[in-house]
Amino acid sequence: MSEALKSKIAAVLNEPGCATNATKTDVLRKKGCTKQLTPGAAAGGCAFDGAMIALQPIVDVAHLVHAPAACWSNGWDNRSSASSGSELYRKGFTTDLSEIDIVMGHGEKKLYRAIREVIEAESPAAVFVYATCVTALIGDDIEAVCKAATVKWGTPCIPVNVPGFAGSKNLGNKLGGEALLDHVIGTLEPETVTPYDVNIIGDYNLSGELWQVKPLLDKLGIRILGAIAGDARYKQVAMAHRAKVTMLVCSQALINVARKMQDRYGIPYFEGSFYGISDTSQSLRTMCRMLVEQGAPKELLNRCEVLIAREEAKAWAALQPFRPRVEGRRVLLYTGGHKSWSVVSALQELGMEVVGTSMRKATDNDRDRVIEIMGDDKHMYENMAPREMYQMLKDAGADVLLSGGRSQFVALKALVPWVDVNQEKHEPYAGYMGIVDLVRAIDRSVNNPMWADLRAPAPWDAPLTGSVVPAPSGACPVTGISAPMGRAPVLVAQQAAAAAPAAATAPALAAMTNSATDFEDC
Amino acid sequence: MAVLTHPRRALSTNPLKTSAPLGAAMAYLGIEGSVPLFHGAQGCTAFGLVHLVRHFKEAVPLQTTAMNEVTTILGGGEQIEEAIDNIRKRAKPRFIGIASTALTETRGEDIAGELRAMQARRKDWAGTEVVHAATPDFEGGQQDGWTKAVEAIVAALVPVTAERDPDLRQVTLLVPSYFTTAEIDEAVRMIRAFGLSPIVLPDLSTSLDGHLSDDWSGHSLGGTRLDDIARIPRSAVTLAIGEQMRSAAQMIEDRALVPYHVFQSLTGLKAVDAFVRVLMELSGMQDPPPSIRRDRARMMDAALDAHFFTGGLRVAIGADPDLMFALSTALVSMGAEIVTAATTTQHSAVLEKMPCAEVILGDLGDVERGAKQAGAQILITHSHGRHAAAALHLPLVRVGFPIFDRIGAQDACRVGYRGTRSFFFEIANAMQAIHHSPRPEDFGAAPIPQEFDHVPHPAPC
Repeated sequence: MSEALKSKIAAVLNEPGCATNATKTDVLRKKGCTKQLTPGAAAGGCAFDGAMIALQPIVDVAHLVHAPAACWSNGWDNRSSASSGSELYRKGFTTDLSEIDIVMGHGEKKLYRAIREVIEAESPAAVFVYATCVTALIGDDIEAVCKAATVKWGTPCIPVNVPGFAGSKNLGNKLGGEALLDHVIGTLEPETVTPYDVNIIGDYNLSGELWQVKPLLDKLGIRILGAIAGDARYKQVAMAHRAKVTMLVCSQALINVARKMQDRYGIPYFEGSFYGISDTSQSLRTMCRMLVEQGAPKELLNRCEVLIAREEAKAWAALQPFRPRVEGRRVLLYTGGHKSWSVVSALQELGMEVVGTSMRKATDNDRDRVIEIMGDDKHMYENMAPREMYQMLKDAGADVLLSGGRSQFVALKALVPWVDVNQEKHEPYAGYMGIVDLVRAIDRSVNNPMWADLRAPAPWDAPLTGSVVPAPSGACPVTGISAPMGRAPVLVAQQAAAAAPAAATAPALAAMTNSATDFEDC
Repeated sequence: MAVLTHPRRALSTNPLKTSAPLGAAMAYLGIEGSVPLFHGAQGCTAFGLVHLVRHFKEAVPLQTTAMNEVTTILGGGEQIEEAIDNIRKRAKPRFIGIASTALTETRGEDIAGELRAMQARRKDWAGTEVVHAATPDFEGGQQDGWTKAVEAIVAALVPVTAERDPDLRQVTLLVPSYFTTAEIDEAVRMIRAFGLSPIVLPDLSTSLDGHLSDDWSGHSLGGTRLDDIARIPRSAVTLAIGEQMRSAAQMIEDRALVPYHVFQSLTGLKAVDAFVRVLMELSGMQDPPPSIRRDRARMMDAALDAHFFTGGLRVAIGADPDLMFALSTALVSMGAEIVTAATTTQHSAVLEKMPCAEVILGDLGDVERGAKQAGAQILITHSHGRHAAAALHLPLVRVGFPIFDRIGAQDACRVGYRGTRSFFFEIANAMQAIHHSPRPEDFGAAPIPQEFDHVPHPAPC
């Protein structure tokens, strides 16, 4: 790793805005949160993956991956960030390095040509160039290539130095944010600014989630000036330094960006979420309060309360019809972070029982909220190995699993309904109406008659009755094997139902042993 | 659960129904060395022939008694005799199946009586079996014609037997009108997997499966052999698929004491389980063949993968009763909702068991109107449904007859564990194929200000 990248990583890992970091001793803080991954027991994306997640939703940009096949040939076109404008961000651009390129050191030249070709073909607002393991290892200087290309072609070329071996997906999120801070934010000025301009950071507009919330902001007259990066235009990122307030949606991913924008441009930030009814209201309240503190007219606060009252009432009314259909269902949540509690209260309000919620990636604040909402910490658990989760679901410890795609098949193979609540999902569940959509999805899943059919015994689980007609005599025309003489049906002794399903109740969640091989699901 | 409604109106828009004689002709084509003969005007045969050829993409033997004005008034017996003579001369068939049409039935011809007299008189017709089914176009649809033709075949060719002498490895499989040749293959494969040997009646899987033959003749190439039909009394049991085959199965029992089972559907986990259970009992196999176990496990996994798309899916379906029932129950078992159902004939006991509130005895106009009103998300009907699908911007899954704008219609298999699995995939994929990306306006959000849009500039080269 280059010295520049090393010091950048050290700086990112020692994030003063991070709550976990703030409570550490000096020694620990110096070490940063460089948790080494365990060989043979690791799952989840690399730093490059993380940077791509954070930046790819910028829609009018060509994302060019400087790498041999694996990084982008295998990785492209797998997320459902929605765009209301350009579709350029969806195209997969890579230099697809060959053996000759690597051995002969043609990487930089090929990258330079690739930048030219993509600018000529697509006229992008900018080209984001991602370094990867191999191109970092052979020492390609993407900063220099981007600089030269920017001068030559006039289109901003932004180096994103995120070789996968640098660390985890989460680190990659932050390094992607650093690239924006270094090269994009503050490079353009908006035509006008208003007291109602905000930045939304850490939302990726998956399946249009941002748009479930945007009508609320529209009604309050709040403008999303800067977006990192859901449905963002390059210009919005470049002008983000003129917003009045920053809302940080996924706190763990891009806190460095929010904090540095506060330091550099004096834009205060708050952490909020649009999952769940009370969260959405809380976020709107905080946003309006901070805008007023920054100089917006005070009447915004009143309008905000009126809107919240109206929308909350609408959402609860829309949820009520589902009550009889979902009441009493036991839900297991396997997500993490703020999602470990943000939807819980709505589910409980509808009579569902949350039997467990995973506390992975959760902060102390998140833990406090879970205890506050659920009464105690009995239902909290860290992570669960796939086999344990399978066993728990199989023993009917829960009626439905809410999680991300990687634990999908654990639930399905245990014949337990599953609803996707993470990043690869295809339905948006944000804001007031999003929770209605989520409950509808739970209803549709748990009440599907298919489950009962699939759980019913197979035709061969019951012994033959011999009631249809007598068993055949003579030889099988296919195999030539002759059947036993006599007409009595051949009864095969029924196997004692294989290891009678343990009648034991589901094991207490707190007793689950944590495993290193959990799902990187959040 | 469902109520059958007859719309009060004179006008039928975009017919859903295919006529009964055509159904009879299809059943006759499942007999080896056969030529179906329509007793009616030349046009009845021409339209039917075009329909069959467009669907099967095969040369189809189908003849007509070519009734003219004079014979229509004076009676068509001579036309039948002349037609049979000519067909025997030109095609040397072993079997001729006569289907009457609206024209001759309106006149009220006693074809059965005349045919009896003819056969008594014409000893030179030996070697060619001639059967007759009364299938006026104005009564029922394709499914009813098929049923009547199979009944006619049973009545004429299954010997009356006074004593049971069953071959316990032999079963008779009565195939419904909607089965594709691939579906016959699948049912036969399952039966054989249990060491049983089926006589398939009628068997389109060897005549209209679209195979290249070294032979050219004016009659069907393949189908149920006449001597196999004569062996039907020795079957251990008759397995009748579809409610439409109940009457023929009952006839076989009346004539030859063979008990029967009717399977109203062979699509969906429960339906196939019931079929497999009977095969297990028949064969005395407590442990089914590994392929059957495997297919069931695969089908269940397919259901899991497909339920994300079928759960809550709003379906509009138009088909003959048995086909509609089989597909609808399978979809409803996967969480789908039948919001519109239109069918072709009231003569079916399954209609009231349809998993929906109402079944319309109607046309594709009803399907289109109902689909629109109920907000259906997918149409399931034959190729003529393409107009409704285009008008409503909905995916169309083509089932039944005719399917003329896709080739390989006979390869579609929606029965058995395997067929159910591919049917679930088919529906899920039709839904996934809809190109939809969410837009801000879907959620009532204002568009992003244009100010932020990138204005491309020519690169300075």
